[in-house]
Amino acid sequence: MNRREFLKVSAALGAGTAVPAMLGGCATRPLPGSGEVTTTPTVCNMCFWQCAGTLYQEDGRPWKVVGHPDDPHCDGRLCTRGTGGIGAYDDPDRLRQPLLRVADGDGQRFEAVSWDEALDFIARRMTAIGEQHGKDRLALFSHGDGGKHFQRLLQAFGSHAYAHPSFAQCRGPRETAFGLTYGEGVGSPDRTDMANSRCIVLIGSHLGENLHNSQVQTFTRAIDNGATVITVDPRFSVAASKSQHWLAIKPGTDMALLLAWTNVLVNEGLYDRDYVARYCSGFDKLTAHVQPYNPEWAYLETGIEPAVIRATARVMAGNAPATLVHPGRHVTWYGDDTQRSRAIAILNALLGSWGRPGGFYRQEKVKLPAFPAPPLPKPSSDWKQTVQGDFPLVSTGISNRLVEHSIGDDAFIKGWFVYATNLPLTLPGATEQIKAAAESLELMVVVDTMPAEITGYADVVLPECTYLERYDDLRNKAERTPTLALRMPAFEPRQQSKPAWWMAKQLAEKLGLGRYFPWPDYTFVLDWQLKQVGSSLAEMQRLGVKRFARKTRPYFDDGEAIRFNTPSGRIELWSSLLAEVGQDPLPRYTPPERPPPGFYHLNYGRAPAHTFGRTINNPQLFELMPENTVWVHPSAAAVHGLVSSGYVRMENPNGRRSNGVRVRVTERIRPDSIFIVHGFGHSDERQRLARGVGADDAALMHNVKIDPVMGGTGMRASFVRLVDDDAAPQGGLT
Amino acid sequence: MVIDTRTCIGCGDCVVACKNENKVPVGLNRDWVVEATRGEYPNLETEFRSERCNHCSHATCVTSCPTGASHHWKDSNIVLVAAEKCTGCKACIAACPYDARLIMHPDGYVDKCTFCHHRVDQGLDPACVSSCPTHCMHFGNLDDRDSVVSRLLRERRHKVLMPETGNQPHVYYLT
Repeated sequence: MNRREFLKVSAALGAGTAVPAMLGGCATRPLPGSGEVTTTPTVCNMCFWQCAGTLYQEDGRPWKVVGHPDDPHCDGRLCTRGTGGIGAYDDPDRLRQPLLRVADGDGQRFEAVSWDEALDFIARRMTAIGEQHGKDRLALFSHGDGGKHFQRLLQAFGSHAYAHPSFAQCRGPRETAFGLTYGEGVGSPDRTDMANSRCIVLIGSHLGENLHNSQVQTFTRAIDNGATVITVDPRFSVAASKSQHWLAIKPGTDMALLLAWTNVLVNEGLYDRDYVARYCSGFDKLTAHVQPYNPEWAYLETGIEPAVIRATARVMAGNAPATLVHPGRHVTWYGDDTQRSRAIAILNALLGSWGRPGGFYRQEKVKLPAFPAPPLPKPSSDWKQTVQGDFPLVSTGISNRLVEHSIGDDAFIKGWFVYATNLPLTLPGATEQIKAAAESLELMVVVDTMPAEITGYADVVLPECTYLERYDDLRNKAERTPTLALRMPAFEPRQQSKPAWWMAKQLAEKLGLGRYFPWPDYTFVLDWQLKQVGSSLAEMQRLGVKRFARKTRPYFDDGEAIRFNTPSGRIELWSSLLAEVGQDPLPRYTPPERPPPGFYHLNYGRAPAHTFGRTINNPQLFELMPENTVWVHPSAAAVHGLVSSGYVRMENPNGRRSNGVRVRVTERIRPDSIFIVHGFGHSDERQRLARGVGADDAALMHNVKIDPVMGGTGMRASFVRLVDDDAAPQGGLT
Repeated sequence: MVIDTRTCIGCGDCVVACKNENKVPVGLNRDWVVEATRGEYPNLETEFRSERCNHCSHATCVTSCPTGASHHWKDSNIVLVAAEKCTGCKACIAACPYDARLIMHPDGYVDKCTFCHHRVDQGLDPACVSSCPTHCMHFGNLDDRDSVVSRLLRERRHKVLMPETGNQPHVYYLT
């Protein structure tokens, strides 16, 4: 029998009380806001954009969350998910007490235990791993603000390995590529200056469907200002519907178009000569390199007419430097993603848009000193060399690599802390690997607000309170205006849930590492930090958001001498670092694989109502979008006899099948592709709304392409066919 | 109310904001988003529209209401239901060409969009307008020539839904 049987958080342990009863009673209802209204500042945690907002309560009950007017992340307006934030607090399926895996007859089950029991268990296992294998053998997977407390704990213990799936499953290629080219990445929030753009080029980036708040606000402002939008996407995305030029490209051929655009800019002399001469290196090599990639060649690959390629290149040049070739965000697609992001970085350099209005601005953050604490011990081994030494240009963890190095008796990694990331739906095609890792690991701790697929593998599940019930670090992101924002509790934590800082500190004390958390309560850290920059916790509790003056200018001055943080000190069109590690110093085109007969390209994306799989069970957002649909072109639907709202299953070439999922027959998708919104298809029984509803795309990815530069997982090279036997829903729609 | 379909992305923030602001029960909505796609791949147009009660000047729901529960608020075109006068007869639901009335509030009356008159009274925009991350929604007084909504309707091509009903609806869509 498996050492680690997959456990479901049982009803008795996981579920809270039912949804409160409806408002009842008298016919005349008081108008909203006529009762006693109180407000609390918060920083939204419904996605990673971290907008500041205000939580309103009326007569002691949650009422609404709205954006903070002084906040550059949201400009006073939260997005759909942020507006539905109370649903995260109200969710009756939240984790509510620590759970410990125990033997039960022939099987295993979770038992509700006290915090002391749960943390004692973890401390004992960590100590045992330390003694048997070394203190460097734990790893952290994290997506969210509380993760850094566990990172500090593990580093104090001696384990430095960590990964944020937002790197290898999302924006790692672009950060790597822009780093290689300009010496710094795009950052988050992205440093795109769309409010001032005259031309915006989107490469498969479906702004609007991915509701990155200030990006969408500045994108629509650009439309209002009459900017020209060029969208490259096989699907008629929302952004495509707002565009003057929609280039309905063959899936997987974006690189051919980017190289052809570069060819036109170079050969027609449309690039910014002064900018290139002043700041760039490698232009001659680039010129020679792109000669074969003319628009006629690109037409055969992309299906986009040469005249259209030339015309759009001229529009881009005509509006430069206020032309933004958008770097995208989730860009782990085909495995050559760093190279494609390099091609985008190069185009922006030719247009002179980096550091210029309408292109990319310089970011600045508040200089906020760290709370005084003893220095962390030096690592006893080089985990990066062990786990991902073949990716020397990568300075952060590659999550898929950490999983691979957790499988087997001789694996380097022996224990996981998983903070707020549901790995089975996050890592493509990795279901079996995660199971195998779980079999090998000697400790798995999962920290989250909700039960999810990953909690089924845990030894210990620690319930975190939601963002509306806790303090976290001050939000201090590099952006246009240096700004601090405070998240503070509006409510007492529900049930026995606790904030991450509390858990990490308690555990540190049990491990004899309390000196690394030298504060009684996290408010001491926040107040001390704020006082170093002329504010205080009391002031921030009143203001929520505080802006600071910039010390640098947001754009390059005319003719300003700049030393870029690259080996040459210049913008490297030809990358010396890539050459050094044996990778292509200039991007090349690799034709994509085509689907076998009867199969379709599996394309996926976002919806504005949800953040991956994390919000599906949120009652407010579930009501807005309770399931995903598989988009099918009418000609494909005719072949399979499919109609809108009917059910179908997707099956990959290895025979893995999805849940039954509703069909949406639409002209907005190419006949050779299907499209599905990511994040659905939950199997955990305790997500009573989300379970069994819709289909999961990640589990179907059979052809994951690893990026040779940064190790990310290319997710758009997989194929599915449509099968309709027994596709009716398995339940869940309750 | 003036809504710019050129910038609306159909995100549904207006729907969630309304539900929270007005404490609308689970399963009911006072506003919703419609997607309309025309054409064949790749010659396509998609329009998103945030829809709700049109707050008509000639509101058939008001004239069909036997108890006077449906009424215009303070001589404006804002149509409200006085819950204490509503018997739940549903004549207004049948009379509304826009299907804009909730079937029945659990408290036993027909509910609908109020244009957030409790906010308008304080000089604020309705919750949907003030939450919209694309700034595609605008609210104001069409009798005031200098208001943003008046200016937008003077300067931009626009439409209303089903003008042929003669109801004189007041939710305008810029196209």
